[in-house]
Amino acid sequence: MKKVSSKIYFGIIMAFLYLPILYLIIYSFNDGKTSVWKGFTLKWYEALFNDAQIMTSFYNTLIIALLASVIATVLGTAAAIGIYNFKGGYRSAIQNISNIPIVNPEIVTGVSLMLLFTFAGTLFGFEMGFVTVLLAHIGFCTPYVILSVTPRLRQMDNSIYEAALDLGCSPVQAFFKVVLHELMPGILSGLLISFTYSLDDFVITYFTRGSKFQTLPIQIYTMTHQRINPKANALSTLMFVIILLILCIINIKNKSEDKNLKKYKN
Amino acid sequence: MKSKKTSYPYLLWMLIFTIIPIGMVLYYAFTDETGSFTLNNFVNASDYSEVFLYSLLIALISTVICLVLAYPLAYRISRCSEKNQRLIIMLLMVPMWMNFLLRIYSWVLILQNYGPLDMILSAVGIDATLIGNSGAVIVGMVYEFLPFMILPLHTVMSKIDSSLIEAAQDLGGNSLYVLRKVIFPLSVPGIISGITMVFVPTASTFLVAQYLGGTQFMIGDVIERVFQSDHNTGSAIALVLMVVILGFLVFMNKFGDEEAVSV
Repeated sequence: MKKVSSKIYFGIIMAFLYLPILYLIIYSFNDGKTSVWKGFTLKWYEALFNDAQIMTSFYNTLIIALLASVIATVLGTAAAIGIYNFKGGYRSAIQNISNIPIVNPEIVTGVSLMLLFTFAGTLFGFEMGFVTVLLAHIGFCTPYVILSVTPRLRQMDNSIYEAALDLGCSPVQAFFKVVLHELMPGILSGLLISFTYSLDDFVITYFTRGSKFQTLPIQIYTMTHQRINPKANALSTLMFVIILLILCIINIKNKSEDKNLKKYKN
Repeated sequence: MKSKKTSYPYLLWMLIFTIIPIGMVLYYAFTDETGSFTLNNFVNASDYSEVFLYSLLIALISTVICLVLAYPLAYRISRCSEKNQRLIIMLLMVPMWMNFLLRIYSWVLILQNYGPLDMILSAVGIDATLIGNSGAVIVGMVYEFLPFMILPLHTVMSKIDSSLIEAAQDLGGNSLYVLRKVIFPLSVPGIISGITMVFVPTASTFLVAQYLGGTQFMIGDVIERVFQSDHNTGSAIALVLMVVILGFLVFMNKFGDEEAVSV
């Protein structure tokens, strides 16, 4: 009895999470703007791909996410190593300041950066746009990189670095061949987190983008704010399919790795 | 490897992009347009104290609903086989990867007048406006943040050894007693981080109320509106929000530590 009721409960929660998305997907194929079904169509997808603005925003989003995640990863990894060498009180103080963008409400981070950029803009004569959005994204991504690299640093045995030096590596060589190798899982997960957060960010981009620069989340806002727009449904469907594809690929890859591991063990 | 120098670029970065911006919020909050000291901004900000309390209330209700929904689910998942756990957790995370505006927008479509839910309800004779009220905002928030409650709860519960629960049952504890004396105390850290991860973004979120709540705004929406014309009052509200949220986090941390010690 208990099993059945918990399965039903699980089903209800899953329905709650997935039905709204399913509804979005179904109505992306509806030939009409209301919730009355008027027949199957692909015209919203056509309109989506013909919308130059959406395509530019998509391109902008990718560029920002790529640049921000790579720069944040380099900056954050270097910072994590340096911060690790500070002693007790200083280290935790630096860590706490570094975590401010994570714990602070996003909207406060957004408006505070807007104040900085408008002030600097009047001082040096520039307008908010691509560069300010990029800077803001690097700013909220780097703390996540530090948080994912630092545990690897703690686990790392410093004697392997010294061993590399003893065996004739220069410090730079030892760093790239030994330390970086040890930190790699943390660095990669930091890069991945940064990339996804940057792709998805709306609030901070909203306050730092100025009047012209568009990213996909901003475009979604323009499309859906206070009106119904089937193009947004079409976009949701595409995003959902892409997410599922990525997950399937990751899963298949994990499975084949598991199999290889089993073969190896046998 | 003993060098601190590699962190210097980031230390400079933090100064420019974290400390100075917050300093500017402080400066704007305590000055008027001419730059002289004033507390007037906080007097202006107090016009929005009702919205502020409303936001905290919405956040509180949403957090409680998330906790009530997530707790039994997280427990059931944690008792599944490891392979199933991984699959279920992934299923829970897929909707989170959709853009949050699109997820809120899906609820606009579902709850709108003459939308599917409205039609079903009026077919059975219930005439109700489903959108443009606090209920719709809460539904949106729960939808948005439920996975943030399930995940930390699951992480903690999956570490509870099944033999502890079995031992308590063998020693004659009924299920309520086992829940109260074994499962609940061991899951407190997960509850704390779940509450934090849902309450903070819910209280400070912006746009959800604009999409689902009709004319009743939340504090995030107010900050955005006010900032369009008045940086000083806007900064004062943002500062109050920041202090309240940070206070809440410190409180939750303290509470969490003490609990962990007493267990």
